[in-house]
Amino acid sequence: MLRRLGIRREPAKTDAVTYDDSYYMASQWQLIWRKFRRHRLAIGSLAVILILYSMALFSEFYSINDYQKRHVKFAKSPPHTIYFVDEEGNFSLRPFIYQMKQTLDMDTLQRNYSEVRDKRFPIQFFVQGEPYKILGLVESNIHLMGVEAPGVFFPFGTDDLGRDLFSRTMHAARISLSIGFLGVIISFVLGCLFGGISGYFGGLVDLVIQRLIEFLISIPSIPLIIALAAALPAEWSSTQVYFGITIVLATVGWTTLARAVRGKLLELREADFVMAARISNMGDLDIIIKHLLPSFASFLIVVLSLSVPGMILAETALSFLQIGIRPPAVSWGVLLQDAQNIRSLSQSPWLLIPGLFVIVTVLAFNFLGDGLRDAADPYKQ
Amino acid sequence: MRSYVLQRLVYMVFLLWLVSIVTFIIIQLPPGDYLSTYISRLEQAGQVLADEEVAALREQYGLNLPMYARYFKWFGQMLQGNFGYSYNWEKPVRDLIGERLALTFTIAILSAIFTYSVAIPIGIYSATRQYSIADYVISFVGFIGLAIPNFMLALILMYVAWAHYGLNLTGLFSPEFQGAPWSLAKLGDLAIHLPIPVIVVGTAGTAGLVRVMRGTLLDELNKQYVITARSKGVGEVTLLFKYPVRVALNPIVSSLAWLFPSLISGGTITAYVLGLPTAGPMLLRSLLTQDTFLTASLLMFVTILTVIGTTVSDILLVVVDPRIRMERAAS
Repeated sequence: MLRRLGIRREPAKTDAVTYDDSYYMASQWQLIWRKFRRHRLAIGSLAVILILYSMALFSEFYSINDYQKRHVKFAKSPPHTIYFVDEEGNFSLRPFIYQMKQTLDMDTLQRNYSEVRDKRFPIQFFVQGEPYKILGLVESNIHLMGVEAPGVFFPFGTDDLGRDLFSRTMHAARISLSIGFLGVIISFVLGCLFGGISGYFGGLVDLVIQRLIEFLISIPSIPLIIALAAALPAEWSSTQVYFGITIVLATVGWTTLARAVRGKLLELREADFVMAARISNMGDLDIIIKHLLPSFASFLIVVLSLSVPGMILAETALSFLQIGIRPPAVSWGVLLQDAQNIRSLSQSPWLLIPGLFVIVTVLAFNFLGDGLRDAADPYKQ
Repeated sequence: MRSYVLQRLVYMVFLLWLVSIVTFIIIQLPPGDYLSTYISRLEQAGQVLADEEVAALREQYGLNLPMYARYFKWFGQMLQGNFGYSYNWEKPVRDLIGERLALTFTIAILSAIFTYSVAIPIGIYSATRQYSIADYVISFVGFIGLAIPNFMLALILMYVAWAHYGLNLTGLFSPEFQGAPWSLAKLGDLAIHLPIPVIVVGTAGTAGLVRVMRGTLLDELNKQYVITARSKGVGEVTLLFKYPVRVALNPIVSSLAWLFPSLISGGTITAYVLGLPTAGPMLLRSLLTQDTFLTASLLMFVTILTVIGTTVSDILLVVVDPRIRMERAAS
C-alpha cells in the first residue's frame, strides 16, 4: 500500500553537511549568492532575462530591418526556413536561406509564398546595415544578422503590411519589459509608503489601510484597469500614454506589495535578533541599518522579481485590447493585436510569436524569483 | 458563528456602497461628460440643439449640480432600479445587462468548480509522488499555465480547433439560438459551448492552486502526527485523506477570495477573444464609446458580484476551518 502511494518515509533530515571556515566567515550576501549559484534553473532564467533586456536596450543592433519599413512585395510572408543542408545534401556550417517568391491565388486572392531554390543567401553575422545610434549616443551600423543586399531575411515572417516581425518583436521588448519594471517600482513605492505607515502606526490607521487594501483586492483588476486606461485622453502622445498606462497598472497593483511589506515589517520588528540587538544596547538607527535593512532588502528583491510578470501580462492584455500602448509605438501586446481573429490566425499563425516572448519572460521571472526566495531563506540549505 | 455572518454581511453592504463611489469617480474621469457625447451624436445625425434645449438637458441630468449631489442623484436612481439609457444600443441599460451578467457569473462559477476539481486531485497526486517524473511534468505544465496569458491560450485553442478539426469555437450559442428566447434546446447548445471558455479562464488559477496544494500537503506529510498515525497502523489512504489532506485544503478554500476576482478578470479578456456575449466585451465597447450609463452599471454589477462571491467564500472558510471559527469567536 505504502509503495503504491509512493509516500517516502524519510527520516527527518539531519544536517550532515560540514562547512569549512569560509562558510562561517561569509557575509549574508555571499551566502545568498552561493546558494543561488547552485540553483541551475534560476541561473538559466537570469541569463534569459539578461538577454531579453539586452534586446530592449540594443534593439537596433538585434533587428535585421527597420521595424517600421513596409516590404510591400513581402506582405504576410511566412518565416524564412533556416537551412544547413542544401538540395544536393551539402552541409554548410554557415546557415543560409532561400528567397521567397509571391504568387497570388486568383480564386481565393490569397498570397502564397514559395522558395526560390536556385540561389542560396548565407546568413551573415555582425553585418553592416542601416545606421543607428546605440542608446541614442554612439553611432553604429553593425547588426547582429543579415543577408546580402538583394535578399531579405524575415526569421519570424512579416505582418499584413509587410513589416519584419522579428525586428518589431525586438523593438517591442523595449516597452513591454520596461513597463513591467517601472510599474513594479512605482507600485513598490506606493506599497512601501502605505504598508510602512500601516505597519509603523498600527491601530486605527492600520485598520483603515488594511480595509482599503482588502476592498481594492476585491475589485476585479482587469475591468478596473480597462476603465482607468480608457480614461486616458485620446490626444496624448505615445510617451504620455506609456507613463499613463504604467501609472494605471501601478495604482491597481500596489495592494499586494503593501500587504507583503507590512507583514514583513511586523515580523521583523518582533524578531529575536532585533530584541537581542536592543538588549545589547544598540541604537535604533544601527538596528535599522545593520539588521532590518539587510533582511528586508533580500525579501524585497524576491517580491519585486515575482511582481514583474503580473505587470507585463497586464500591459500585454491592455495593448491587445487596443486600450494600452497605441501604434505606431510597439509592445508585444500591440503586435499580438494582429492575431486577434481566426481568419488572420489561420493565414499567418506566426503572428503569435511575440506571445512566446511574453511567456518566456514571465516564466524566467517566476523561476528567478523562486530561486532567489530559496537562496535568501537562511533556514533552507 | 451567527454574529460573524451578520458582521460579514453588514461589512459587505458597506463595501457595496464604496463600490458605487469608486464606480462614480471612474465614470467621471474621461474628459467631457455624457451630455456632450450625446449632443455630438445628435449633431452627427444632423440635429442641432438650441441653447435652451441643452440647458434643459443639463438640468434634467443634474449636470449643473456639484459632484456629490450628482452622485446622490445617480445613486438614488440606481436604488430604484433605474440604471439609465444606453446611447449605443438605444435601449434602457436594465434590459441589456441582465443576461450578460448571468452568463459572466455562470462562467466564473463553473471555472471555479473546474479549477478546484482539477487542482486538488493533481496537487495530492503530485505531493504524494514528490520528485517522480509525473510530479516534474505537472510542475512544468503548471508553470506554463501560469505564464501564458489567458487570451493567448484562447487564441491557440481556437487556432488548433480551426486548423485541425475545422471547428469554430467562438461564441456561446450556435447562430440559430442567438437572440432566441430561452428553451431547453438553447440550454443544451450553451452546454456544448461552455467548456472552452471555462477551461481557458480556469487554467491560470488551476496552475497556482496545484502549487499551493502540493506545497502545503508536503509540509503536512512531514509532520509528526502523520508519523504517529502511521506507527499506530492507520492505513495509508485513510491516513492521507483523514488528516493531511483536510489540513492542506484550508489555504485552498481561503484562496477562493482572490480566485473569484481573478476569474472575473480573466473572463473579461477571454470573452473578448472568443466573442462571448458576457459583460466583458460589452464593458470594453461601452468604455471606448463613452456609453456612460452602461459602463457604470456593468462596472458596478461585475464588482458587486465579485464582492458577494468573496463574502460567501469568507463565510465558507469559517464553516470549514474550526481554528478560524474559534479565533473569530474569541475576538
